[in-house]
Amino acid sequence: MPDADAIQTSAADPMLPRVARVRRRRRDGPDVWTLDIDPPEGFTYTPGQFNMLTAFGVGEAPISMSGDAAKTGRLIHTIRAVGAVSSALTRLGAGDAVGVRGPFGVGWPMDEAAGHDVVVVAGGLGLAPVRPALYRLLAERSRFGKVALLYGTRRPEEILFRAELEEWRRRLDIQIEVTVDHAVGDWYGNVGVATTLIPRARFDPLNTIAIVCGPEIMMRFAALALRDAGVAPGSIYLSMERSMKCAVGFCGHCQFGPVFVCKDGPVFTYDKISRLLSLKEI
Amino acid sequence: MEAGQKAVITAQGLAAMLGALKARGYRVVGPTLRDQAIVYDEIAELSDLPAGWTDEQDDGHYRLERRDDAALFGYAVGPQSWKKFLFPSVLRLWHSERKPDATEVTGEPDPGQRFAFIGVRSCELHAIAIQDRVFLGGPYVDPHYRSRRDGTFMVAVNCGEAGGTCFCVSMGTGPKADKGFDLALTELAAGSEFLVESGTEAGAAVLAELPRREATAQDQQAADAVIARTAGNMGRTMRSDDVRDLLLRNLEHARWDDVAARCLSCANCTMVCPTCFCSSVEESSDLAGVETARTRRWDSCFTMDHSYIHGGSVRPSGKSRYRQWMTHKLATWVDQFGTSGCVGCGRCITWCPVGIDITEEVRAIRDSEAH
Amino acid sequence: MEIEGLERIIGEHPFFSKMEKHFLDIVVGCAKNVRFEAGQYLFHEGEPADQFYLVRHGRLALQINSPGRGALTFQTLGEGEIVGISWLIPPYRWAYDAKALELTRAIAMDASCLRGKCEAQHDLGYDMMKRFMPVLIQRLQAMRMQILDVYGTHA
Repeated sequence: MPDADAIQTSAADPMLPRVARVRRRRRDGPDVWTLDIDPPEGFTYTPGQFNMLTAFGVGEAPISMSGDAAKTGRLIHTIRAVGAVSSALTRLGAGDAVGVRGPFGVGWPMDEAAGHDVVVVAGGLGLAPVRPALYRLLAERSRFGKVALLYGTRRPEEILFRAELEEWRRRLDIQIEVTVDHAVGDWYGNVGVATTLIPRARFDPLNTIAIVCGPEIMMRFAALALRDAGVAPGSIYLSMERSMKCAVGFCGHCQFGPVFVCKDGPVFTYDKISRLLSLKEI
Repeated sequence: MEAGQKAVITAQGLAAMLGALKARGYRVVGPTLRDQAIVYDEIAELSDLPAGWTDEQDDGHYRLERRDDAALFGYAVGPQSWKKFLFPSVLRLWHSERKPDATEVTGEPDPGQRFAFIGVRSCELHAIAIQDRVFLGGPYVDPHYRSRRDGTFMVAVNCGEAGGTCFCVSMGTGPKADKGFDLALTELAAGSEFLVESGTEAGAAVLAELPRREATAQDQQAADAVIARTAGNMGRTMRSDDVRDLLLRNLEHARWDDVAARCLSCANCTMVCPTCFCSSVEESSDLAGVETARTRRWDSCFTMDHSYIHGGSVRPSGKSRYRQWMTHKLATWVDQFGTSGCVGCGRCITWCPVGIDITEEVRAIRDSEAH
Repeated sequence: MEIEGLERIIGEHPFFSKMEKHFLDIVVGCAKNVRFEAGQYLFHEGEPADQFYLVRHGRLALQINSPGRGALTFQTLGEGEIVGISWLIPPYRWAYDAKALELTRAIAMDASCLRGKCEAQHDLGYDMMKRFMPVLIQRLQAMRMQILDVYGTHA
């Protein structure tokens, strides 16, 4: 359940957006834009949570926060233009109004991870919702054991936050492995799916929290690979995605078996949802 | 007077009740006859009630028939439920205006009107309680539901007729209204005498204003007999103690293919069901994009849109959508809200154009396990 | 001296992990040390597949060349992995190019030597097959995900 302190969307009317202003936007990949938003007053969140962002006149979409949760004066969202609403959001520029409802959902297990090795497996745009977790892991580095980020995407041009990844790679206290599905010409990095990076990651499976985020197929196979490597299913955390119209458990769209992705998730442990993941069209 | 008071009133007393409620500023709604069905609408006076009518209900079948008496509540439930008032099918949530220096969002105000529901059946009281849990019982509260629900005056009716598709007895939701009402009526002599029981102080206060006589032991026995007769005439039965587990262990049962071959995904069942709560939202805008609004409307898990993400529906097959509806209603609802989502009103059976019967579907799956 | 050193090196490679000594003694006869500079090709598509490689250090790209698009890399392999499965089945021809991305040291196992020894001693052949199967199956499973283009927008 979302923590009561984190319910900053209007308690009086959780469907009412607060108006915020876009400071700037930046292109982070083909069809991918990051919005830097002046947050509503007093807005705070935890890594893994999401907002419902409104492009006035077009609609609303659930978008995870992709920035540093500790920097309360900035609200960062990385959005891929796949439909009418997300496209409209990616067209917002400096000074434009954007509606914000949130923060919603159960986020990444930052507290549970203390004292453990942490393996983050991200695929494609899935790097965006895990970035707040990575910021926290690095900011409070001594609380955690080994930390590894395993990131896979389609092509080298689609590597998200590349400069930041290269900067992290230069650190001595985090393992960064990046792979792409296929590469043309000048690419000297790994080629292959993200799961192939798992055997190479340095972590103690018996003392590891795994954070997995990406397309559902990728998360399913990554969770299996982690489990086969010895990580307990209850220590593997996935972020699920379903259609959402309200984010507060009223509209019924995000149901996934018995759970509402908006308020029981979007982060779930693999042991809780592995059966649901294996059922088609559930 | 307090709760638990009993009295007997006549039709005149009932008319006085309507007047007392109007005098208190309630918007009085109840069963009326329109378009060959019994639907909930404004009740201005007693004659608006469908006296002398009954309904014939079966799989995909609904007909009104004339009774040979003038009973005011001699029918079961129609295609509508009280959710049409508490959870309106179309509702504007907010509107916004883009001004030169700021964009302002304004929520919809409280409509400021309280309802008095006349003729709420026990199954419907349970259904309202179920929707209360959805909209008021979680970490977030729906203020639009709350503003319509708070202070609603409920005049319940203990059914004198079991509907052809009713199975409230199986679901433990009737036919006797046991809680959640301000006043409860049992029609004793068709249209002319009613045993009234108050359930709250507000109900007792209204009762105190009505011409009435004391209820005797015979009156109570007569009322009990009416209710017992109704309970004995249920149109359907469904063993309900094991349904959740039964369905959740049979998610890949061949029966789902069978029902999928019949189901049209027309969504009638979700519209008539008193507990279905799915909704969607729509954004509208003027041509300049200066004034925009968001409107909530009923939605159904039977639409392809309902589970649409990333260019596709998660439940593209009719089979998966029927399974979603039925397993949500009877199984996962228990995990989510602590009770079944079904109150045994039978509407989904009556209003399904191909007559799919939820009790028969459960029975088919259960019986297949016995073999 | 050379052969003893090779036997130890082969035995230490994950592919031959826990192989019985008498089998190692046989396969070492087909082995030799090789080294590739960055940018050097191990083999080209169409050439006879006359050896397979146990990578000791370094990284390789498996590529298929396409007119207009150049070299398309579909997989990279590194330390502890093996390169080459086409030598297992006729017509024993490489189906892709393999290029060293950095200085790479490997053990090259002569394919016809190894095929001969497996034919002569079926127990050895079965042991080798059991070692190849997991590699093939894991690569197949990984390839499936690549084909599905899971990161694409499927609007």
